[in-house]
Amino acid sequence: MSNIPSELKYASSHEWVRKESDGSYTVGISEHAQELLGDMVFVELPEVGDTVNSGEDCAVAESVKAASDIYSPLTGEVVAVNESLEDSPELVNSDAYGDGWFFRVMPTDEAELDNLLDAEGYQEVIDEE
Amino acid sequence: MANKTVLHDKHLESNAKMVDFHGWDMPLNYGSQIEEHNAVRQAAGMFDVSHMTVVDVTGSDAKVFLQKLLANDVAKLKVAGKALYGGMLNHDGGVIDDLITYYLTETHYRIVVNSATRVKDLAWINDQSQGFDVEINERPELAMIAVQGPEAKAKAAQVFDASQNLAVAEMKPFFGVQAGSLFIATTGYTGEAGYEIIVPEDEAAALWQALLEAGVKPCGLGARDTLRLEAGMNLYGQDMDEAVNPLAANMGWTIAWEPSERNFNGRQALETIKAQGTDKLVGLVMEAKGVLRHGMAIFFTDSEGQEHQGVITSGTFSPTLGYSIAMARVPKTIGDTAEVEMRKKRVPVKVIAPSFVRNGKQAF
Repeated sequence: MSNIPSELKYASSHEWVRKESDGSYTVGISEHAQELLGDMVFVELPEVGDTVNSGEDCAVAESVKAASDIYSPLTGEVVAVNESLEDSPELVNSDAYGDGWFFRVMPTDEAELDNLLDAEGYQEVIDEE
Repeated sequence: MANKTVLHDKHLESNAKMVDFHGWDMPLNYGSQIEEHNAVRQAAGMFDVSHMTVVDVTGSDAKVFLQKLLANDVAKLKVAGKALYGGMLNHDGGVIDDLITYYLTETHYRIVVNSATRVKDLAWINDQSQGFDVEINERPELAMIAVQGPEAKAKAAQVFDASQNLAVAEMKPFFGVQAGSLFIATTGYTGEAGYEIIVPEDEAAALWQALLEAGVKPCGLGARDTLRLEAGMNLYGQDMDEAVNPLAANMGWTIAWEPSERNFNGRQALETIKAQGTDKLVGLVMEAKGVLRHGMAIFFTDSEGQEHQGVITSGTFSPTLGYSIAMARVPKTIGDTAEVEMRKKRVPVKVIAPSFVRNGKQAF
């Protein structure tokens, strides 16, 4: 069984979000998603300052197996991106919920969080696949 | 119910992620296919290839039969154990399968064919053998382990007994020898030195375990694919099949046109194809971000300004080179650059002969 931390929120498209102390939200992909994709070879990230919309693709995770669009779970401005993925995309595999994060969004509408799943809800999504 | 090789439990013991591979439950990886790939390029890795099919062809007509069956000519094999790669063609010149033939004696050859094509191969071989004094015997009681990498031979030597080590001591590439219960061949599908070892099923798990203890890393189908593609080796069903002739699959070197009176299956069709000209299989290199993949379209403009299109047959990220490589079937007027359509954009690629990595190093 995949690791699904209970303190995070999830999108059914396999992204997770975590609230940071400055009010922004860190976005990454779940352990389950990285397992499905296999070894990561390239990650394309948005740029700091970009505006992203919830449910819109804004990054690409490309593994040995497939290229997969990453959707922003929240609408807002990108305030940081994980530049270490440029040289070390394998961090997504080794630490999906930590060093393998993708980008941070300062949300314009925190109510969008209600549309996301808790760990239990996300587990159900995986079980139905 | 999927077929399982005799090493299935060993894979599970090493935490393999298993996938269906043409009806066989096989290891995709044991954690990271890139780490497995690098182990083969830098040290030693091993693959369970027991799903492949070993067929012994025996009898007084064995040689003449194989001279008809195969586009390459087994008459080239004059030293016991010598192996030959080539295609088994249909009468239209299409590739039914690609295979290795070992010459054991004038009346005993051993061929190793793909697992995905096993049923049709055996049906074709049996059908074609009508009128020849040959026996076709599949050897399902034999498993097979490939040990590959710069340290593969040294590590295998720790596992072989004294007589086996003596038997392989001076063996050149592309030879096989029966030594005790093992048939040990200096062949492979990675572009590295090493062995493919045919072993009786009841000894296979012990051999696997001994190699594991000698420090050989288990590798799955994922690494097997990136390694063979870096080495520029075709995958049947992807880079060629029955609708593709060997000239369009970078297998021209495996067609023995001489002697001209040898009437191998597909020869007539192939002569017509050769005279008319056909597509070719080239290698592609893309240093930009992204991964070339099977089925992507490739475009180029010839010297007369005419645009042509081809298709990627196999594409992957090359762990050794750090960027994407591919094989593509294209009209033969292609130059040394082209464009690939990926994610709705056209990206420039270099066109080279399909060989990317040999013995751990860039080969172009």
